[in-house]
This record gives sequence, structure tokens and C-alpha cells, in this order.
Amino acid sequence: MSKLYLNDLEKKIKDLKEISELLGTDLSEEISIIKEKIQRAKEENEETDSWERVKTARHMERPRTKEYIEIITDSFIELHGDRRFSDDKSIIGGIGKIENIPVTIIGHQKGRSTEENIERNFGMPNPEGYRKALRLMKQAEKFNRPIINFIDTPGAYCGLGAEERGQAQAIAENLLEMSRLKVPTISIVIGEGGSGGALALGVADKIAMLENSIYSVISPEGLASILWKDAKNAPKAAEVMKLTAENLLELEVIDDIINEPLGGAHESKEDMAENIKAYILKSLDELSNFNHMTVEKRYEKIRNMGKYSRIDEKKNDED
Amino acid sequence: MLRDLFQRKKKYTTVTAFEQANNSPKKIMGKSAVNLDENIDEQIWMKCKKCEDMVLIKDYEKNDNICPICGKHGRLKARDRIKNIIDKGSFEEYYTDLESLNPLEFPDYEKKIDKAKSASNLNEAVITGRGRINGIAVNIAVMDSNFMMGSMGSVVGEKITRLVENSAETGIPLIIFCASGGARMQEGILSLMQMAKTSAAIAKLDDKKNLYISVLTDPTTGGVSASFAMLGDIIIAEPETLIGFAGPRVVQQTIRQNLPEGFQTAEFLQDKGFVDIICKRYELKDKIHQILDIHGFSEDEDNE
Repeated sequence: MSKLYLNDLEKKIKDLKEISELLGTDLSEEISIIKEKIQRAKEENEETDSWERVKTARHMERPRTKEYIEIITDSFIELHGDRRFSDDKSIIGGIGKIENIPVTIIGHQKGRSTEENIERNFGMPNPEGYRKALRLMKQAEKFNRPIINFIDTPGAYCGLGAEERGQAQAIAENLLEMSRLKVPTISIVIGEGGSGGALALGVADKIAMLENSIYSVISPEGLASILWKDAKNAPKAAEVMKLTAENLLELEVIDDIINEPLGGAHESKEDMAENIKAYILKSLDELSNFNHMTVEKRYEKIRNMGKYSRIDEKKNDED
Repeated sequence: MLRDLFQRKKKYTTVTAFEQANNSPKKIMGKSAVNLDENIDEQIWMKCKKCEDMVLIKDYEKNDNICPICGKHGRLKARDRIKNIIDKGSFEEYYTDLESLNPLEFPDYEKKIDKAKSASNLNEAVITGRGRINGIAVNIAVMDSNFMMGSMGSVVGEKITRLVENSAETGIPLIIFCASGGARMQEGILSLMQMAKTSAAIAKLDDKKNLYISVLTDPTTGGVSASFAMLGDIIIAEPETLIGFAGPRVVQQTIRQNLPEGFQTAEFLQDKGFVDIICKRYELKDKIHQILDIHGFSEDEDNE
């Protein structure tokens, strides 16, 4: 709602600027008044906006990977197992077709009912999940199929077995291998992007987030208990940590934001799936001339993530 | 069986417990649970965290932070590690001009950095550069847990990535000494992305078939373990090093059970198949040299 109001104000500024250019009159005072209004509205918004996003991203009715796959594919076959230990049900994957283009689709799978969530381990994979994902990615590379990853996890599972079977090694290997896959790759955060457990499906030519999804190095609750020794301060932490799609676009961590239907993806999973499908088709088209330069471009993009300064530059700034 | 291994270390050093102590004030490493005798100076004596015996700090430090009594490996500062591993006078430090920003405008981050700088005498949580091991040129990165728990932010990620890229270009073997609690929370998502960035650089190195030796030292957890630490062609760990994805407390809270003895130690990880070699600190330089030699590196080859 308030976002619409902001859009209105921004449109007004644009109009005023055009008018002042056309007529040659000075409307800068009017423009600065509106700018102030926008600033105030933004500040008010920011206090609650990030936490609203967190709640929407975790909404029980939010569509899951499986539902999107069902809508966007013409045909799909789920494939199981990592060929090493077991089949992790918190990551699903398989082969199918979107508008007659063969693809491999992999994604975290959360449940909805308690029973289903237990089966899916609340979308928190063990190492087997990541190894299954990598197996399917290598298979896609062999048969020259583009890969689409859906990210939706609170994080990689922190259990005893996960440690025994090398959670860290499984994630690290995915990061390494995904950076050099010789097929087009797209990763889309559809709900929660929880830390390394999310990133292990998140190295791609195109990285996008749904408008109300989140992506962060730790949960807001986790950060709140570190900063203020109280998980109840999670809404405050959510603001501090910059985890919304807009934040991440600004930080140059993601390439695109996919719009959600009014009220969020759960209001209409069909509309949401259509937007996702359109994004995938557009991206596949852009990546259709895939060659070694595309892999190089993927590397450069990841390689340039991060913000730092050089001491010399800093000194120059101060002068 | 493991216990036997450690007990054997008793033979290695001479305990000079009654040597006259110097007066230079040194920090006490562990707080003593027993009441110290009034005659015992806390700046001279420390209590070993493992055997709980009283040890002269001077002896402990002279012994590269290894308890002279039980052989427990304490944490080593990055500069001391370089002294320990790299030939004297051969180390040239790289990328010293990189400094952290506060990209998220995270509260008090600058203060934390300043504090870490003065506490550790370092610019950031990793030192990178070129040096020699028994004459063989190597690119080496050493993390330091005294700098914000060795956490990986943009600068740590960038320094390591540059060093890896340098190795990929020059063919100089790469050695990374890991010591980190994981990602740096204050840099949020950007710190997470350093995992992808460093791992992608390792992929480049791997494509060139160049050697990367990863050495896991206490502690190696979180985002560092789930990226370059676990990607070595050869993975070495110091005895009893804590290695894991999640910290032991998090695991315990998740499963609500007691953890098995020795869980997430180097020995545990080796037993599960994730560590090649467990090597004591004073054998490490020779072990690395041996690996370099087997890979065909020699003293003459890269002499400038």
C-alpha cells in the first residue's frame, strides 16, 4: 500500500521535472518538498518493511518448489538419490521441459503440514541433498541441459549426521563446481535464502529473487541473539542485516527481482509461476549463445562480489 | 587409542619449569580454576587448557604455543605461523592495502575493526604473500583467530581470491592455513558471497592443475570450512583442531542430545574421511616440503 503511495510521489516528481523543462520554469522547491515526503515515508516504511518480508517469505501458504515445477513444466520426472548414501527429501530435482526446452530443475522443498515438514526436514538439507543436487547438475552438463535452481531453505541442517557426513565439504564442492558448469544456470530465491545452505544452490549465470523473498548469512533470530542476546529482537535485526531483494540488488549480489502478485506469491501461485516462467524463458534466451565466455562472465560476477577499500584511495578521499 | 597418541608427546620437550622467569608482562591464556599460590605470578605462569598443569608462559611460547607437558596445540598468531613455516627472511607480504568498509552500515562495525586491529596488530584476519619452504617458493595465506575470530568478510575473501588467482597464473603452489569461526556477520550477505568467490577461484586453480594444500588449524568452522578449507588437493589438520560446519553448541541445540566424545575434532574428521593427514606443528614444515617435493617442486626452479 505504502509502496503504491511512494510510486505516486515518484511519478509526481518526474511530471514536475518534465513540466519545468517544457515551460522553463523553476519548480525545484516543489520537487524538494515531495522528495522530503518520500524520504519520510521511506524511513517509516523501513522500520517494518524488512520484517514484513521475512514473514511473507516464511508464510505457510507460500508456494513451494514442487508447485512451481508442476505449473511451469510441460513434462517433468523427479529423480532421486545421491548415489552415495541416500535420497534427501529436502532437496528435490529432476528433468523436464519448459516450452519444449529440456531442463534440469533442482530446489529445496519445504513442507506445509507438520507431517510433511518432518518428512522434508523443514527444507534443511543434509550433505546428501547437496550431493544429489550436484549429481543432477553434472548430469545436466553431460546432456547439455540448462539448470534451474529454486532456493527456499532456513539453512543447511546442523545435525550430528550432517557433520559426520561432511556438510561443509558438500557445500564447498557445490560452490566450486557450480562456478564452472558448462551449461546455462539460473538460481531463483523463492522464499528463504538461509546462508550456506542456500548458497550451495545459488552460484549461477542469472541470480534472481522473488520480490518478497529474503537471503542472508544468518537468520534474523540468530543475529538478534548474537547482538542483543534476545531472539525477540529479530524484527530489528532484519532491518540491520539488509536481507530484502532490493537490498541485495543494490549490493550487486543478485541480477534481478521477479515481481509477486499483490499481497505476495501465496495470493496467486498461478500468477507467480507465470512470472517465474517468463523470467526463466527470457534468461534462457539471453544465455542461448552459451560458450566459455559465459562461464568467464559468471566467474567475474561472483569474483567481484564484496565491498572494500584500498588505503591509498581512502587517503586520496580525505585530501 | 587416540589418548595414547597424545600421551606419547610427553617425551618431546624438556620442561624448564624452574628456569628463571623474565619479567615481561604476558597475557594469561587460560583462567585458572585453582587458587594460584601467592608466589605464582599470573604473568609468568599459565594453566594448560587440556592437562590443567601449570606451565611457564615463556616455555609455552618458545614451544610454538604447544603445552610442553601434554602436547596440546594452542592457537598460533599468523605472524608466528609464518615464522614457523616460511624460511627466515623470505616472506614478502601481498595486498596489504586492502581495508574493510562498512557496506551495510552495521552498528559499531568500525569500532570492532579498530579494536581487532589494535588487539591483533594486524590489518585484517588474514595475511597473504609469497615465501619459501626449505627453498621452494609458495603462495601462503594465514588466517588469525585473534582478529574478529578469523571471520571472513570482503577483505579476507578478496585477499585469498587474489592469492589463489596469482597461483593459477604463476603455477606457484598455494598453501592456506585456515583459522576461522566463519562468515563475518557485520558484512551480511557480502560475507556469505566470499564463500562462492573463494571457491570459484579455487576452481580456476584446479582447472590449471596447480597444487593447493589446505591446513586446518583451530578453529575451522562455518563459512570457511564450507568453502576453501575443504577444497584442498591435500587437507592437513593439526591435532585436536575443531573442524565443522556448525559449531558444537549449535549442533547440540539442534539434536538435543549429548555429543559423542571427540566430536568435530581433526581426528574425528579424519576417521569420517574428510582429512588426509593429521600433523603436529613441529613436523608441519617438513611434511609440506615433502608434499611439494613429491609434486615436483624444487629449490632451484623458482629461484629469482
